[in-house]
Amino acid sequence: MDLSLLSKLNEERAARRAAVLVTDIASGKQRLVLEADIAADPLAVMLSDALRMGKSGVVETPEGKLFLTVQAPIVRIIAIGAVHISQALVPMAQQLGFDIVIVDPRTAFASPERFPKVELHAEWPDVALPNLGVDRYTAFVMLTHDPKIDDPALHIALKSSSFYIGALGSRKTHATRVERLKEAGFSDEDIARIHAPIGLNIGGISPAEVALSILAQITAKLRLKPDGTRA
Amino acid sequence: MLASDDDLLKQAEDWRRAGRDVAIATVVETWGSAPRPVGSHLIIDAEGNFMGSVSGGCVEGAVVTEAIDVIESGAPKLLEFGVANETAWQVGLSCGGRISVYVEKVA
Repeated sequence: MDLSLLSKLNEERAARRAAVLVTDIASGKQRLVLEADIAADPLAVMLSDALRMGKSGVVETPEGKLFLTVQAPIVRIIAIGAVHISQALVPMAQQLGFDIVIVDPRTAFASPERFPKVELHAEWPDVALPNLGVDRYTAFVMLTHDPKIDDPALHIALKSSSFYIGALGSRKTHATRVERLKEAGFSDEDIARIHAPIGLNIGGISPAEVALSILAQITAKLRLKPDGTRA
Repeated sequence: MLASDDDLLKQAEDWRRAGRDVAIATVVETWGSAPRPVGSHLIIDAEGNFMGSVSGGCVEGAVVTEAIDVIESGAPKLLEFGVANETAWQVGLSCGGRISVYVEKVA
């Protein structure tokens, strides 16, 4: 692989843009197709399929056997609430290779002392989120229990293409949340995107256990097909 | 932190820019039970230092040896590992699967 090609691939990744590296296994010939150029590419259908699945793999083409290295942007978790669960969530998410950002307007919660090793925004969600580049590789986790903070973030999340939205709170809390969202004009289909109560049911009690159940649910959403089988 | 295979490609670029000769090994196909999915990378330098994995430890030693050859020759290689292939390789996958690994030099 040419260093210039490798650099370009890494540059696209840093900018959260998808790209596919096409390698002719027999000849070693390679080219990089950027997300924006896929539609115009002779292999457009194969490339967009591979990108949608987020899976690298061999394809048979009229040009011969090609290997597609699919590079989708890394998942970014936006956690609303600089709470105890978030403190457990940060290192665990980072260990899993996720990018994580914390948003909470309450400066007593969103303090660098409590969150030393993570991007922290001590701002209201409607101020912070538009600058965070929400995309389909974004997961939202609402953790404040406070409608004043969680709801504006939920509105933005539900209007976005984010692949995961979870909201902490009991079934009762969620029922009142659903009422508020309906009043705000969201459809049942929109609201069904919210995972609530948040996380896989593993009976978690401690903040770290709840964080584990949330990360497990995000991983499942990322890796499993909608019918629950392996992608 | 090198949690994802994409991070390894950044590491490969950094190694190369630091003046090291580098090869990238990529799992391109798997059959049956395979420990690491298609697209997994192992990066190797000319001294045999490596990061990442293509099999979770079963065949890395052989891939590193082959990668050093690829670094010297500059020509990419396609390697196959599996239980049915023991004549070609002293190493195999204990899980019974088969994998194909593409090794290329960063030029």
